[in-house]
Amino acid sequence: MSGTHLAAHLPTHLPTHLPPELAYSSPWPDWAQPLLSARQLVLKRGGRGLCANFDFEIHAGECVAILGPNGAGKTTLLHALAGLRAADGGAVSLGGKPYAQWALAEAARLRGLLPQHAPAHFAATVLETVLIGRHPHLGRWGWESERDERIARAALACVGLAGFEVREVSALSGGENQRVALATLLAQTPRLFLLDEPLNHLDLHHQIVVLDLLRVLADGGGAVVMAVHDLDLAARYADRVILFDGAGGVVAGTHAEVMSDARLSHAFAHPLRRVEIEGQAVFLPG
Amino acid sequence: MRPTHGRAIRPLTGFIVLLLAVAGALGWALAAGSMTVTVADVFSALFGAGDSMGAQVVRELRFSRALSAFACGGLLGLAGALMQVLLRNPLADPYILGISGGAALGALGGILAGLTALWVDAGALGGALAATLLVFGLAHGDGSWTQTRLLLTGVIVAAGCGAGVTLMLALAPAGQVHSMLFWLMGDASAANRPWTVLAVLGAALALVLPFGRDLNVLARGGLSAAALGVNVGRMRRALYGLASLCTAAAVTTVGAVGFVGLVVPHLVRLVLGNDQRILLPATVLGGGILLTVADTLARTVVAPRQLPVGVLTALIGVPVFLFLLARQPERG
Repeated sequence: MSGTHLAAHLPTHLPTHLPPELAYSSPWPDWAQPLLSARQLVLKRGGRGLCANFDFEIHAGECVAILGPNGAGKTTLLHALAGLRAADGGAVSLGGKPYAQWALAEAARLRGLLPQHAPAHFAATVLETVLIGRHPHLGRWGWESERDERIARAALACVGLAGFEVREVSALSGGENQRVALATLLAQTPRLFLLDEPLNHLDLHHQIVVLDLLRVLADGGGAVVMAVHDLDLAARYADRVILFDGAGGVVAGTHAEVMSDARLSHAFAHPLRRVEIEGQAVFLPG
Repeated sequence: MRPTHGRAIRPLTGFIVLLLAVAGALGWALAAGSMTVTVADVFSALFGAGDSMGAQVVRELRFSRALSAFACGGLLGLAGALMQVLLRNPLADPYILGISGGAALGALGGILAGLTALWVDAGALGGALAATLLVFGLAHGDGSWTQTRLLLTGVIVAAGCGAGVTLMLALAPAGQVHSMLFWLMGDASAANRPWTVLAVLGAALALVLPFGRDLNVLARGGLSAAALGVNVGRMRRALYGLASLCTAAAVTTVGAVGFVGLVVPHLVRLVLGNDQRILLPATVLGGGILLTVADTLARTVVAPRQLPVGVLTALIGVPVFLFLLARQPERG
């Protein structure tokens, strides 16, 4: 579905294929199962309900955007979907199996998370940082091989950071650091990409580069779930949208279904108007 | 081994230099002292059955002291490096969580009560372990085991111990204050059981080295590490326990020698980078060298008087550290 959806209106610099180094290395356990499913999921934080009895599935090929105001539960949902936070009710399954039944490294080869913040406390070069993403693929005594280094370099090239390998991460700009974090996630070669505000600090060009890349990853048999704040880009790139309303309500569906004037204005507590320009939905704040 | 990616020198070169320095430091520690010992005496004491006066001094006095100093330096360096990963703070040292404070309370209490050296050591060990458990218990209390909470609890417990130490110093009769001050600044003159600390050091290294890459990942933050398949909770508890045991073993043997645990991991990081698989063994060697050299100086520079070894670790470490920092290219 998404291939045609893309070709209609995307710019010419769209990467149409992934470098072979970044292909998924771990076979998916069971193709009959969705990559990820949440059943009757309940999430709370600080005693406040973020979502209740939320059902959700994501299949290979899909790109899903999580929208909502600050503090509505986007990050909490991503952490729960990544198996890094216990749900307050319900169950999350990766490939049909609850996270508790996965070995940690095995799960890490199948799903990856881009955290919202990952500040560097110690000096490290860009290449060293990206090689961290290879951790779940290496054995107890394994050192990063030539192949791992090729994967890391290919990941850097994908986010436009070829030639940055020996630079210190502390000397990079905010946007460059964000792209290093994205390259680290690419080097992990998971099948399911969970991204917490992947567009943070990125200039417009790199926002599109990254979204195109995520689209390619999904089209190639992976899946993407990302929390974003840009409604226009969410409507343009996501097959489906999860909208938090900030008061414990969550809806999921296509952007045509979910991103209505009324729903968005209610969720963001700000008047929003949806207009179509050249077949694309654009959202104007009032 | 991988290329250095812009590091100052290759790891292999670094280890060769460090091992030569270890041999040099230990050799000097055996040869130097108020009684002149020839190189032949040292060799016959170590490898033969030499029973000359010099060989006996080397074998019975200097050998165990030099090895103890080396092992304790290695333990303090290792503990510092582990604490820095655990707290994700390059300024952490082995004493930051109050271990030396607890040990000092125990040891000074023993000195104040006029106990023998063995009981003073036992008091130090007991105090160190009590402080470790106290900090762990308090920080772990409600299950939210964050670095900030751990750090705050440790600093507060250390401050409490510091007050207790000051109180003991104020109350102690003049004759005991001197030995108390020596204990506080670090003193290896009574360190004559090298095999215990060496065994602790070997066991700690054997436990931690297989997890070197996990530590690299953990240094990037708990969330990233968990997403990459590291069992963060278990790893943090193990790090805390191991660093505490290393510190307790060292403090019990040579007292609260400062500076080694903070500065040696830093020095190694400046030269060899922050890959824990290289950093940890290099830090052990570097810490051992620093403390061995400092202890040899402590007992020779104003012989026959002995200086507290902690003064010398600082006197050597500060200029070396500042020199390396000054010629280090900008890295933000």
